[in-house]
Order: sequence, then structure tokens, then C-alpha cells
Amino acid sequence: MPNKVRITLMVNGIERDTLVEPRTLLIDYLRDDLGLTGTHAGCEQGVCGACTVLVDDRATRSCLLFAVQLVGRSVRTVESLAANDGSLHPIQRAFNAKHGLQCGFCTPGMLMAATDLISRIPLPTEDDVRERMSGNLCRCTGYQNIIASVIEAGRLVSEASASAGALVKEEVPA
Amino acid sequence: MKPAPFDYVAANSVADALDQLARLGADAKILAGGQSLVRLMNSRHSTPGNLIDINGVTDLDRIALEDTDIVIGATTRQRTSETDALVTEHIPLFAAAGHHVAHLSVRERGTVVGSIAFADPSAELPVALLALEGTVLAASHSGERLIAAADFFIGPWQNALADEELAIEVRIPIQPRRRSGSAFLEVSRRHGELPICAVAAITTLDEAGSFAEVRIALGAVGDRPVRARSAEQKAVGLTPSAETYAALADSTARDLEPISNLHGSAPFRRHLAEVLTKRALTAAVADAQESSHA
Repeated sequence: MPNKVRITLMVNGIERDTLVEPRTLLIDYLRDDLGLTGTHAGCEQGVCGACTVLVDDRATRSCLLFAVQLVGRSVRTVESLAANDGSLHPIQRAFNAKHGLQCGFCTPGMLMAATDLISRIPLPTEDDVRERMSGNLCRCTGYQNIIASVIEAGRLVSEASASAGALVKEEVPA
Repeated sequence: MKPAPFDYVAANSVADALDQLARLGADAKILAGGQSLVRLMNSRHSTPGNLIDINGVTDLDRIALEDTDIVIGATTRQRTSETDALVTEHIPLFAAAGHHVAHLSVRERGTVVGSIAFADPSAELPVALLALEGTVLAASHSGERLIAAADFFIGPWQNALADEELAIEVRIPIQPRRRSGSAFLEVSRRHGELPICAVAAITTLDEAGSFAEVRIALGAVGDRPVRARSAEQKAVGLTPSAETYAALADSTARDLEPISNLHGSAPFRRHLAEVLTKRALTAAVADAQESSHA
């Protein structure tokens, strides 16, 4: 008989109250229980970073956390980036403009890692990006365009902040 | 693969954690950062029946200078330690080693004490702890005891803790201020990976500029981090020079019995040990000579 535990946590601005087994990883809770399949399971060993989400605004590997550890915490996934009307977040527009993806499998992890990075270093240099996103692997692009995308993303976010105030919206439909 | 089923309990204090360990010890693991443990649980290399989560024990999230030791509590994140003013000032070797651990997002979750308790033979923090002659404070219902680094790592991924013991904190003596320097070097296949060879060196000079004390600790060259005791003894009284470093590095490498695996053969690790020891001694002496003039 699975030993389910009740947990309450914020996911993309919405409070979630559910029963999970302790062994349910955060990534599986997000994908299977909540249907948020944007976060990808690349290795389940904490090496590739495709599973990266924000936990309390910090880039975190969701394959190395159990959902039960997130009681009272706040999680943001890639689904939180685009606006309700579907228009892309500046970070997503940058990846589009600078061709920062090919198959797209690593991309959600890259986007969330970049979101964290830009929140701490608004205009990152190439060295900043290489150092701080070294935990996100890509098999397609060879990384050059990803670096260019993150640098561009910083520029676009700063531009948007300067003209329009806060971009990050609080609620996203599941 | 997904983790096998387990029961989960969140400890809210050290006493609570020790109670749980006393009750469940043999079939329980401590969950702190989880960056090593959960990986093993995902592949079912580790299948504890119980996890005792200590992330809520805020008393253990601390870095302090107590007498002449830097004390780092069990839930202190690696990234916190790496950038902490007390650590970078008093035990710079530990901060230097910390920069090499995995990737930023792993270090923001993983804990210093967790990495040490995990006792990976290739990991950086155990090497630094061994060089700095730190100790682990272990607690259980029976009481507390201090375990010296040299006695703590007893085999590959094996530490000296009993089933019902919790590693509460590590205590690391502060490095000498004057005429002493240190360096941490490693070689890995890619940035962020475990090293194929890691060397930590601390050199302290006497007033004449000769070696008063040398410590050389190596990782990824055995089933646990090791000290080059023979080379360390030979160094005392010698004059620092390129020839001396070469001789000490040669002696260090000869005394090793490196492992051989997919990531590096024994001869390769022995070669890296010699090269890195020479470079680490050179850098540590330069650091020591700079501190002599400070």
C-alpha cells in the first residue's frame, strides 16, 4: 500500500494541494501529476540539467528533489515564462532570435537556468554564462548560440524592465 | 528507473534527527542536499527504507569561527561555504577546493558535510579536509565524538560513522597567517566533473625560508583521499626550489597505489599526481612567500 503524504506547495503561482508518495521526484510530480511536461527528464542523475526548474527563484535539478521536500515552497517551470496570451518571454524571444535550440530537449532547462542567471547578473558576459550554466548540457547546438541567446536575453530583459516595469507574471494556467 | 519506496520523516531539530536515527538507523539515510544520495536512489544503487530530512534543522546551517576552528554545520550549502568571508579568509584552501565541485546549481543545494560524509574517493572536499586536518563531529544518543579526517574516510564511499550517528558539523583549523600558503589543483575530463586526480598542498616556511611543514593530500588516486606522508617528512628543512618540488612530487607519486578505471588508468593517475603535486607546491610556496611580506 503506497504511503502517500499530503503536500501543499506553489507551482507557477498557483497553490497545489495533493497526495504523493515520498519517492515521487519533483520532476515526476510536475510532469505526471500536474501535466507540466515542459520540464524534461534527461538523465535522472543530476548531470544534464534538462530537468532544471526554479525552487524559490533558484535553478534546481528537479530530478534530485522529492516533491515532499517542497512543502510550503515555490516552484516555477518553463510554462511560467510565456504570457497568458501566448506571447513569448524576452528570454524565449532571445533563444528564438539567436537560434539557441535545435531539438529543444535541453531548452526548458536552459531557459530556467538563464532566468536565474539573469535575475542575479542582469547583463551576463560570455564567461558568466559558461561558468553559471555549465550544469546544463546540450547535444545539438555546440553551445555557442545558447551563450549568444542568454546574453541577448539579458539585454532584452533589461530593456523591457527599463520601459515597462516587472515582466514576471504571477499566475499561469496549469 | 525511479527510487524504491521509502518512508519519509522531516526532523525539526538535532534531537529529533538523533531520535529518528536511533529508531531507524540501520535502514535510514540522512537527506540534506541530496545531490549525491538522490542520484543513487534514482538508479536504485541505494534503497534506504527511510529518509530523515534534516533540511529543516536550521541550527545546522551555520559557519562560525570558534577558537581556532572554522565550524561548518551539516545543512550549510557548498555555495554558501565557498563564498563565505570566514572561509575565504581563514581556510582559503577549502574555498579553493569548493570552486571545483560539480556545477553552481549542484553547489547551491549540496552541503559541505554531505559531500564529506559521502566520501567519494575522487571528491574535492574530502581532499581539502584531509590536508587541513579537519574533524567531523558525530552525534548520537550515546553522545558526541570527534573523528579526525584521517580516520573518517575508511574506504570508497565509506565513512566511519555508525548507523545511528549524525555528522553534525566539520571543524577545520584555520590556516597559519604568515609564511604559509596553499593551493588546490585538479584534472578532470570536463569542467564540473569529478577529478581524475586532485592535489591539495599547504606549505609553511620558517624564518629562513625553508620548509617548516608541508602537507600534500591527493584524491582520485586511491580508494580514499590520502596524504603523501613520506614526501611530507622529507620536505622538512629543505629549501623551496624547482628541484625540491620535482623530488617531492616524484616521491609522492611513487608511494601511490592508484586505482585504474574507465576514466583514468593507474599509470595516468600516477603521472597526474606527480605533475599536479609539483605545480601545487610551486603555487603554495608562492602564496606563502607573498604572505611573508604581507
